[in-house]
Amino acid sequence: METQTQSIKKERTVRKERITGAEAVIRCLLAEGVDLIYGYPGGAIMPVYDELYKFQDQLHHVLTRHEQGATHAAQGYARTSGKVGVAIATSGPGATNFVTGIADAQIDSTPMVCITGQVGSHLLGSDAFQETDIIGISTPITKWNHQVTKAEDIPEILAKAFYIARSGRPGPVLIDITKDAQFGELDFEYTKCKGIRSYIPVPETDPKSLEKAAAMINAAKKPMIVFGQGVILGEAEEELQNFIQKSGIPAAWTILGLSALPTAHPLNVGMVGMHGNYGPNKLTNECDLLLAIGMRFDDRVTGNLETYAKQAKIVHFEIDPAEVNKNVKVDVAVMGNVKDTLAKILPSVAANSHTSWVQKFKDYDTIEFEKVIKNDLYPTQDGLSMGEVLREINEETKGDAIIVSDVGQHQMIACRYAAFTTTKSNVTSGGLGTMGFALPAAIGAKMGAPEREVVAIIGDGGYQMTIQELGTIFQTKVPVKIVVLNNDFLGMVRQWQQLFFDKRYASTEMVNPDFVTIAQGYHIAAKRVTKRKDLQEAIAEMIASKEPYFLEVCVEKENNVFPMIPTGASVSDIRLE
Amino acid sequence: MEKENFTISVYTENNIGLLNRISAIFLKRHINLDSMTASQSEIKDVFRFTIAVKVTEEQVQKIVGQIEKQIEVIRAFYHKEEEIIYQETALFKVASKLLFEERQIQNVIKNSHANIVTVTPEFFVLEKTGRRREVDALYHKLEPYGLMQFTRSGRIAVTKEKLHISTILEKFTTETV
Repeated sequence: METQTQSIKKERTVRKERITGAEAVIRCLLAEGVDLIYGYPGGAIMPVYDELYKFQDQLHHVLTRHEQGATHAAQGYARTSGKVGVAIATSGPGATNFVTGIADAQIDSTPMVCITGQVGSHLLGSDAFQETDIIGISTPITKWNHQVTKAEDIPEILAKAFYIARSGRPGPVLIDITKDAQFGELDFEYTKCKGIRSYIPVPETDPKSLEKAAAMINAAKKPMIVFGQGVILGEAEEELQNFIQKSGIPAAWTILGLSALPTAHPLNVGMVGMHGNYGPNKLTNECDLLLAIGMRFDDRVTGNLETYAKQAKIVHFEIDPAEVNKNVKVDVAVMGNVKDTLAKILPSVAANSHTSWVQKFKDYDTIEFEKVIKNDLYPTQDGLSMGEVLREINEETKGDAIIVSDVGQHQMIACRYAAFTTTKSNVTSGGLGTMGFALPAAIGAKMGAPEREVVAIIGDGGYQMTIQELGTIFQTKVPVKIVVLNNDFLGMVRQWQQLFFDKRYASTEMVNPDFVTIAQGYHIAAKRVTKRKDLQEAIAEMIASKEPYFLEVCVEKENNVFPMIPTGASVSDIRLE
Repeated sequence: MEKENFTISVYTENNIGLLNRISAIFLKRHINLDSMTASQSEIKDVFRFTIAVKVTEEQVQKIVGQIEKQIEVIRAFYHKEEEIIYQETALFKVASKLLFEERQIQNVIKNSHANIVTVTPEFFVLEKTGRRREVDALYHKLEPYGLMQFTRSGRIAVTKEKLHISTILEKFTTETV
């Protein structure tokens, strides 16, 4: 039998005991099944760190080299494990260094609980040492946040934090705990949160919407699917495959939907959006029915909204009511978790094959292969291409690695060409576009899926934004494989400067350090490749290694990523050169 | 789509920080509020925000979606002018000597249906409750004589239709998880 307070449903699990607030924080984490957290100590969070010392056999703490790294590591962990990532830091600068990671988790719907220390409650508002209004700062970038000033509130608030972070459309939650609340005592009792009266995590599905959608699917002659991360977050990969299989509808993915459907699936028609594939972008403006599944019509996906899929009926399978009709007006919204709604609609969907329509995607593929892909993957010029590095990695890992990418040209190349057989294998900063994400996220990704191979693909710019996390890799010995694709440029910005700013390369050329020496300084095995003949062997050596490994590949300096939809252009105006 | 006056009603838990969370939704979209008031609602421990804003209907739909998405918001609604009963209150502080020097002012007060809240030898305070245009009308009549102070509250409103907040809350308490 559940006990209920007025506004929260709970499940009793632990008996009462007199402990400090700091110990309560650890006990709450343990009660939520957390065994790994990322963080950085400091004055206002020291009572909790003291308890971490006592509980170190049950709760492993990874000391990152910067609080931003802790958030990205927690994100990487959440993305590959499917669990809530936890990051912890002190007040003031510790808390503000969390901001980028929290904003990233918010826009990419990553479940994360961030705990920050705060000055004593008697000092709040006095501009005390390392006091900052992190609740005010983090409000627009969190799913929920709360400041705790009393020890006895800690269990209930942390229970809510985990429930909110992981339920419905996941997201980051920040809990700020004053130092006196950490030192204070409480009668500890932990009850997991099972519901909040003002919060509906998963909206009800209207059976009529399923009927309408099924009728539209069965009537469509040229239907296409665009699926997003909702499939992965909802663990609906199997339901998606069953739906695709039966309906015969070609399926394209957004950058965060990547890896939910195996690359080799015959109806996987590639990526939509700015640097997506030619076929799905072109045919978005030719299809008669667009099925948007767990995606949010980001501007990088839609290009110019005025000319986006105007000819098509649109059905949106979505968990978040605020996403419906936000950017694109839809004809039918099927609310709910896509795992549930895709399973429910399947019996009403007629088996089909859409052979000639699918052939159109293949025809566009052939054009794209000739104009772009061939030269990306099998270049004939001297300089190495990013694409051929990905091709070699695919071959060496059999498409079974987790690929963590940073932001920029290498990211687009990685997402376009990395092969995937398994879900939750693509970890990248999609919505926020956070340079510096990949190195710390790779640490978390590997710890979240220790049995998998984790390869971080990073540009020379983004790498240097969080390069200090090599220290974390050295200390934890986490066997991540780091590939820096070095073109001595902030490549994507340079590409835009070339195409839209008459080649005025303002502050995009980088004078880089000796990356191999830096990695070696952290006692990480490191190699540099500058010639094609050495590439295959170096990648094989990296993948074979049981330890962390750093590989710098010096690539062609001024290669561009194509296809490309210029900003403000229509998806069907996608350029191949 | 034309911009219109909309009134947004938001039923929420009584939590510190929620005001910030709601106003941030407008800030992010560079939308200026005409007014915002917060108070206890008809339900114990449930608060009600009343927000007046001039935007397009499409904008207000999206804004309400974003507001409702906040964890501690129970429900949010938007209403057109004809769907609500709404009022605002204004206070006018006027020099007492004008009552004797400007004889017309007495008629202005009489015709305005304003209440005299207080009178001192130096000043008197008028309170006017009504729709914006009624308050504005009084303001324009008194303004030429000189106002010592003027302030106006935000819009408060109740809807003609039922909002069923209690039903939502009861459903939560009775539903088995």
